[in-house]
Amino acid sequence: MRSKILLALGAICAALLAWDFYRIFDLLPDEANQGAIYRIIYIHVPSAGTAFTFFTVAMLASVLYLATGKFKYDAVSAALIEVGLVFAGIVLVTGSIWARIIWGVWWAWEARLTTMLICWLTYAGYLMLRRAVEEPTQRARLSAVLSIFGFAEVVIVYKANVWWRTLHPGPVLTIRNGGGMAPGMENEIYWNMLAFVCLAVVMVMVRMRQEEFAREIDSLRRMAHSW
Amino acid sequence: MSPELRTAEQETALGVEPRAGTRTSLLAKIWTITAKDLRSEMRTKEALNASIAFSLVILVLFSFAFDPSSDQFQEFSGGLLWLVFSFAGALVLNRSFARETQNDCLDGLLAAPIPAAALFLGKAFANFALLAAVEVVSIPVFGLFYDVHWAGLFGELALVTLLGTWALTVIGTFFSALTVNLRMRELMLPTLVYPLMIPALMAAMKLTTDLLAGTPINAENVFGLKLLAGFDFIFTLLSLVMIDTVLVG
Repeated sequence: MRSKILLALGAICAALLAWDFYRIFDLLPDEANQGAIYRIIYIHVPSAGTAFTFFTVAMLASVLYLATGKFKYDAVSAALIEVGLVFAGIVLVTGSIWARIIWGVWWAWEARLTTMLICWLTYAGYLMLRRAVEEPTQRARLSAVLSIFGFAEVVIVYKANVWWRTLHPGPVLTIRNGGGMAPGMENEIYWNMLAFVCLAVVMVMVRMRQEEFAREIDSLRRMAHSW
Repeated sequence: MSPELRTAEQETALGVEPRAGTRTSLLAKIWTITAKDLRSEMRTKEALNASIAFSLVILVLFSFAFDPSSDQFQEFSGGLLWLVFSFAGALVLNRSFARETQNDCLDGLLAAPIPAAALFLGKAFANFALLAAVEVVSIPVFGLFYDVHWAGLFGELALVTLLGTWALTVIGTFFSALTVNLRMRELMLPTLVYPLMIPALMAAMKLTTDLLAGTPINAENVFGLKLLAGFDFIFTLLSLVMIDTVLVG
């Protein structure tokens, strides 16, 4: 049953992505000032949305793990952060490419770039921590604590940076009081956001299934050893 | 019932003076840990000597990285100072819980009748004192090597240093506890700690640069001070709440 849901979701996601990419690269016109490179926003913004959503949910899952001690919350938070980190990486790479064309530099020390980079480093540390702890209960406990600390820190860094430096384009989405984009162009961002979240959810589900199998194999191995 | 078998509550009810050591206030417990850590550090001076020597080495290395006599130096002097503090501080903080692994001392500390939060605070205060000692040595040396024109804003500078040092201490001590049982402890601690310290370091660096250049705390940079105080408050609170989970589980 679960693999069927996974397959169905994967198929929906593939169809959505194909349709979105067709629209992005073929149907939508170039932007007036930036030309073709503006299309990167359709990858960049949805990836950022996905990454931040996942980090937030991972923090909540970590709190739930500490409150209940159920391993499924640990697996959820680990899977979410792993996938979130991939999307955060996409944000950094696509942003860098865009910056090279528009700003003329690969990197600028600016509020959102700095936040995203620190966010990436913090959660990369989370994955390294998971590798460094062998005992499952201890691993779950320590990584839940780190996920909560990391989230608090990212929020502070973001606030701090916004006060000091800004170069990154302001919000363009109507839902964030921007509203500078043509409606046809803006809608495509939401569609691709949906596709990306869908893709990320599929990845998380696959990752969690892997985690479950790993735990099952581990307990079987222990049983075999105790014989 | 013989007097030896009474509980402390019964003794209080009977009006018997509690024996020495049976009841101590939370502050006394925290102080016991702080005093213990400082005493054991003072006997060997391992971490202190190493981090003071290390901070001097970094100060010397900076002179090769840029021209110390250039005018630009004023623009990043605060940043250099905090890099020295955070690098040298890592040596002190790394040892904080690691020193308790020998002879199972950590298990003994956890079994002692003190809450984990008191253990954490006691260790944090001891680390704070050691870091402050490193700073007391490296600040004058920094001023001497790099010809800093102290603008006379010593009170404000002290406040920023105090808040910034506490931020480094609280994060460092907490993660020293978190990584104490890990295989790759020496690698994990800096990897986890430096990204987390960024907001505090950012604010402390900016404020220190301003203060060294003679700009007092004003409407423009007071945000940094608020950020530092907020960072200290949030992470002290988080650490006190979480330390039990980290140490005991």
